[in-house]
Amino acid sequence: MSVEAREARQPWILLSPALTAVGLLLFVPLIFIVVYSFWLRTASGADQVGFFLDNWQEALTDRFYRDILISTLRIAAITTLVCALMGYPAAYFIARSRGNKAILLLMLMLPFWISYIIRTMSWINILGVSGALNTFLMWTGLVSEPIQMLYNEPTVILGLVHFLLPFMILNVYVSLDGIDMTLEEAATSLGANRWEAFLQVTLPLSLPGLAAGGLLCFVLGAGTYITPLVLGGPSDAMFANLVFEAIITQLNWPLGSALSLMLLAVLGLLVAIYNRYLGMAQLMKGLG
Amino acid sequence: MSSVVLKNIVKRFGSFTAVHPSNLEIPEGDFVTLLGPSGCGKTTNLRMIAGLLDPTEGEILIGGKRVNDLPIHKRNLGIVFQNYALFPHKSVADNVAFGLKYRNVTKTEIARRVEAALSLVQLPHVGGRYPKELSGGQQQRIALARAIVIEPDVLLLDEPLSALDANLREDMRVELKRIQHQIGVTTVFVTHDQSEALAMSDRIVVMSGGRIEQVGTPEEVYNRPQSEFVANFLGASNILTGVCRERSAETATLEVPLFGMVPVPNDKAARVTDGPAKLVLRAEKLTLMDTGADTSGMIAAAATVETVDYQGQTVRYFVRVGDRSLQAINMINERPFPEGSAVVVAFRPQDCAALPG
Repeated sequence: MSVEAREARQPWILLSPALTAVGLLLFVPLIFIVVYSFWLRTASGADQVGFFLDNWQEALTDRFYRDILISTLRIAAITTLVCALMGYPAAYFIARSRGNKAILLLMLMLPFWISYIIRTMSWINILGVSGALNTFLMWTGLVSEPIQMLYNEPTVILGLVHFLLPFMILNVYVSLDGIDMTLEEAATSLGANRWEAFLQVTLPLSLPGLAAGGLLCFVLGAGTYITPLVLGGPSDAMFANLVFEAIITQLNWPLGSALSLMLLAVLGLLVAIYNRYLGMAQLMKGLG
Repeated sequence: MSSVVLKNIVKRFGSFTAVHPSNLEIPEGDFVTLLGPSGCGKTTNLRMIAGLLDPTEGEILIGGKRVNDLPIHKRNLGIVFQNYALFPHKSVADNVAFGLKYRNVTKTEIARRVEAALSLVQLPHVGGRYPKELSGGQQQRIALARAIVIEPDVLLLDEPLSALDANLREDMRVELKRIQHQIGVTTVFVTHDQSEALAMSDRIVVMSGGRIEQVGTPEEVYNRPQSEFVANFLGASNILTGVCRERSAETATLEVPLFGMVPVPNDKAARVTDGPAKLVLRAEKLTLMDTGADTSGMIAAAATVETVDYQGQTVRYFVRVGDRSLQAINMINERPFPEGSAVVVAFRPQDCAALPG
């Protein structure tokens, strides 16, 4: 074999374990889901194999699904915005701090060592009727009855922000860390004050990181079912809860498949738009 | 255009003192170079003048006004950074126009001045391009244009040529000097390159270990070094430790090993008194000759060539004289002396300088 041919083969040899895993664990199940979505669940509870459009018709025309999809996207959008507003200053602080960056980044990763479900449930101990906050308020005498703080949309958003904020901070941090600090110095030397220098130089140069963090927060937020399940009320179900409901509770795999593909399509479209304008490379930087 | 004065300036970082108490006056319109090895405090001084660092003690005056508490964006300085620091997301024209937007200049006036600045740096047609589309030398010129378009009181240059390759560096050296001369702005230039400093400066401030070693014209610091450090940092020197035997109206006569009595002109031995003294013998003033050559008016000694470092136009020799190895840099007439050959090394006493021992 020629040297060129060997060199051309090498990347494929190195990639093959990963490609096998992605193929078997992602694409094959996805094909199953696509096939399932055209089956039909009969009244008897058995799945009828075939090519039926009934699930798709229900998913695409029922206003119930449409409304929940819209509210899911709204919750994800609010969460992303809150993460951006809270995460940017934190990322800026870490990127500009000297010496202790490693410790600050470690602290950022620390919550990942605890299960996401446990972290979500911890809010019950804080905001619950007999939780820390209510106990404190009762002790101060400010309230005589415990306040119901849980199981509404704001607590769902709170839980999502808690879950997603590190992703935002990491992405913005990577972007800020790559910006030469002398650029801001140059801007101030030319007459811009620190805020103007930030707006003119640092912010525009960090937008790719902000966009990558935003995309990640939005996609992960829109796809979650645990947070609304643990911290939301009956009316706070998000789209993934419908999929969960259809598949786990009702054992209606065909409908659940159609619904999950619908969410996948919406989020996939978003990623495609992002990729068209900013490229996936930035996203990879933040994850790496 | 303004003068710059540092009064008893000190900068400490924790327990480390980067700049020991220093005084420096830079007259209006001068091109002054802060020269020294890395870690000598030259960049710290520049950053304190710029307002990027606050001095721990002392005062900074620009145009006679104390600026210690004036933030950088109000100091009206033009800074050229080592890595150019051009804004990558802005076009060349927008980069150059950046400072003018904070100076109440009308749009038509901005356009006119950007154009003028770009032609001053001889890049009139690149306004629409982005920095990454330009070569290193071109980026350097744009950084300079951006710094001077605001008509700064003082131009600060932080090793602006060190990222360029050798040929380009020499071109930019001439170019930079031409532009500075044309606009007449007070300029503080930081470099570790002695040839840059000698070629460009009205005055050189030689720094070492956070202290100012000597301030003077290039000719002064080169020919009349006031310390061993200066003598060695600006070109190669041989330092011979001896004793000052006699001071007359014109000369101080040093007795040194290998060469005996050397009468050094008084203006090059200003600080020498009777007693221990050092003779500074520049490598390029020590000439190799065939044995038996005419050395009248010179001080000579027999020597053996140890090492020959051929550099084209010049050659650097290490020669053994008695128990010492001396450095000599000579122009090449025909062929360099081969290694091992017996020669005579000679120098004129008026080319030497003397330092207190």
